[in-house]
Amino acid sequence: MAESDNIVVETAEKIFADLADPQTINNDKTNSWQAPLWQALSEAGLPLSWVPDDLGGSGASLADGFALLNAAGRFAVAVPLAETMLAGWLLAQAKIASPEREMTVLPASPKDRITIDADGALSGRSRGVPFAKAAKHFAVLAHGKDGVSIALVDASKARIESGLNVGYDHSDTVTLDKVQPVTIKAAPDGVDQTNLMLMGGVARSLQIAGALESMLDISVRYSNERVAFEKKISKFQAVQHNLARLAGESAAALAAATSAADAIANAKSFNDEVYLEAASAKIRCAEAAEKGGGIAHQVHGAIGFTMEHILHRYSLRALAWRDDFGSESHWAVELGKLVANRGADELWPLVASR
Amino acid sequence: MTAALRFDPIRLPEKCEQLRKEVRAFLAEEIAAGTFDPHKPNREDTDAPEFSRRVGAKGWLGMTWPKKYGGQERSFLERYVVTEEMRVANAPTRRFFVADRQSGPVLLKYAPEHIKMEILPRICRGEICFAIGMSEPNSGSDLFAAKTRATKTDGGYLINGTKIWTSSAHIADYMIAIFRTSQPTKENRRHGLTQFLVKMKQPGIKVNPIGQITGQYEFNEVVFTDFFVPEDHVLGEVDGAWKQATSELAYERSGPERFLETYYVLTELVRAVGPNPDTRSAEGIGRLVAQLHTMRRMSVSVAGMLAAGKEPVVEASIVKDIGTVWEQQLPHRVRDLAAFVEETATNRETLERQLDFAIKTAPKLTIQGGTTEVLRGIIARGLGLR
Ligand SMILES: Cc1cc2nc3c(=O)[nH]c(=O)nc-3n(C[C@H](O)[C@H](O)[C@H](O)COP(=O)(O)OP(=O)(O)OC[C@H]3O[C@@H](n4cnc5c(N)ncnc54)[C@H](O)[C@@H]3O)c2cc1C
Repeated sequence: MAESDNIVVETAEKIFADLADPQTINNDKTNSWQAPLWQALSEAGLPLSWVPDDLGGSGASLADGFALLNAAGRFAVAVPLAETMLAGWLLAQAKIASPEREMTVLPASPKDRITIDADGALSGRSRGVPFAKAAKHFAVLAHGKDGVSIALVDASKARIESGLNVGYDHSDTVTLDKVQPVTIKAAPDGVDQTNLMLMGGVARSLQIAGALESMLDISVRYSNERVAFEKKISKFQAVQHNLARLAGESAAALAAATSAADAIANAKSFNDEVYLEAASAKIRCAEAAEKGGGIAHQVHGAIGFTMEHILHRYSLRALAWRDDFGSESHWAVELGKLVANRGADELWPLVASR
Repeated sequence: MTAALRFDPIRLPEKCEQLRKEVRAFLAEEIAAGTFDPHKPNREDTDAPEFSRRVGAKGWLGMTWPKKYGGQERSFLERYVVTEEMRVANAPTRRFFVADRQSGPVLLKYAPEHIKMEILPRICRGEICFAIGMSEPNSGSDLFAAKTRATKTDGGYLINGTKIWTSSAHIADYMIAIFRTSQPTKENRRHGLTQFLVKMKQPGIKVNPIGQITGQYEFNEVVFTDFFVPEDHVLGEVDGAWKQATSELAYERSGPERFLETYYVLTELVRAVGPNPDTRSAEGIGRLVAQLHTMRRMSVSVAGMLAAGKEPVVEASIVKDIGTVWEQQLPHRVRDLAAFVEETATNRETLERQLDFAIKTAPKLTIQGGTTEVLRGIIARGLGLR
């Protein structure tokens, strides 16, 4: 996942650098930056990276798409790029073509469930759906008496209650009340709600890792500029050690997330080893967001606590992303059950399987 | 984007998995034969010479070294797998581990040819044990404060002074040590230390045991009194040991031994909790496994960098820092989680015995091989802060 030889990432980074400069965005209270950014991303085919050409997308590999999400995390962009990518991926699993414009996925939490009525209409509630307010369509995973189906739903048919996550991004409650989907098809074997959540969790892990990379960068830079007691604060050993720990958390998050992405991109199915990778990534990245974000704020002093400063664009989003597609507590319980169920002597073989 | 450190998600190649099976089979046989008990980390058999020879006979020592010195010219990643499996099984590796990881590579790089030919094959056969003589009573983290003198004399050097905390010195055949050959200069306080190969068990060396709070005894004070080292036992550049010592650190700091020392308590907790854990146990285990998995992936990634000929000093320091802090906290987390384990858990006694030992082991983990504070200094330097 080297970024230099990845054309998808290069394209995205150029667009982000031109149109998603964090300071400019932070100064803009009207969100007028969103439309040109989304337009540029769409023209480059990035939101539908994971949708094959014949279904209306640009057909990038899973690996390239994951690297793109990491880059998006480094800019902490607040547009539904990850969500539209995931939606496109889910629809493509059932060979449903993706419409243009913003999308998001339902459900966004492992605990929520959308069901299919006898007449094919969809019902159910999904909480914490990122960017539901901005989405024109939803990709929905739903349960019927014949198993799991994937549906494309017109967002205007749903009831949406607005909410905000701790990062000030839309995280809404979507209620489907006997909504007829635009299209609905049976999900192929191996695509179920758990795997959708793992996929979403890895997307969020890559974004969190990217945000931590940026927090490390701006914290190191700031410590080399800020002078206190007549020296740069970077010269104080206590500050150096804090930044060394932030580097460790950032490195751990990135390692866990890229490893999980690599595992999914190369796996034939979501087996136990992939489960370990994906669940671990979400758990470890969420822990890193807490510890690393705390250090970044400590190093920045009061200035990082202001709305004027860009730090919160990364720190609060990284914290917010912990909650999507299953929190780290959820995945820790599930992973713990899996490990216990396999038995003590199977723990090491699982960990050492890759 | 400058500071971020990337750990590429490399996978161990297929032949490593084959090797892993062989190592597991070998260890299972040794356990069955009673060589060691995998459930007893607090073993007293730190010195297991016959086991060392059998590991050597398998070709698992000096695996990456040239064949002419007894090595196998296998990859660094294959060696990694052997180390992992030995650690997880609690195998008695003390006798050969230092030579395999550290001393052998130093000799390969800096020893004269006849010494390489004499000693390296014996390491590969598991016949000899090495110690590392760096620390002194007033010089641990601050290596450059070392005072033990090597004074030039006819055909070699005379050594006077004291090394301390020297692991395995009581069983070692050789030590690779740094001694002061001249004073530091004003411009460079790292100047003046030289690396030597020292043959142990000779007059002029006295090894005094130092007890540890675990109840075990593995490190020592080593006193040199007019001890003679021949000229050809100088390793590398006279007065230039600091360069040599620092470039090896990545090997010492990123391996699986840096996060697996107390691992056994986690396995034993999973056993005690059983197949249907309550929410609290499940969450605790899940988090620990996720943390372990992440560190291992980082460690494998650093092994890949080393195999590719890089010098990932900062990355290795990060793995050691995170790894040793984790293995230090692990027994305490396991103790928390074990508080509500059923009285009837079949392995309860084993778990309690292991916890007792691991809790006593924990305090040393962030000290040996470079303290947490020293590692964070190295990482900070890598970030451009100093
Ligand atoms: C089990 C075990 C086995 C060992 N085996 C060997 C061996 O085989 N060979 C060998 O040579 N050594 C060995 N050591 C020694 C080990 O490498 C040293 O203990 C270590 O380098 C620390 O040195 P010290 O004990 O003198 O502590 P000190 O250096 O005195 O450190 C005391 C405290 O001060 C902190 N400190 C010191 N300097 C700084 C600084 N600049 N900035 C911030 N904090 C600082 C340290 O981090 C530590 O917390 C072993 C140690 C242990 C525990």
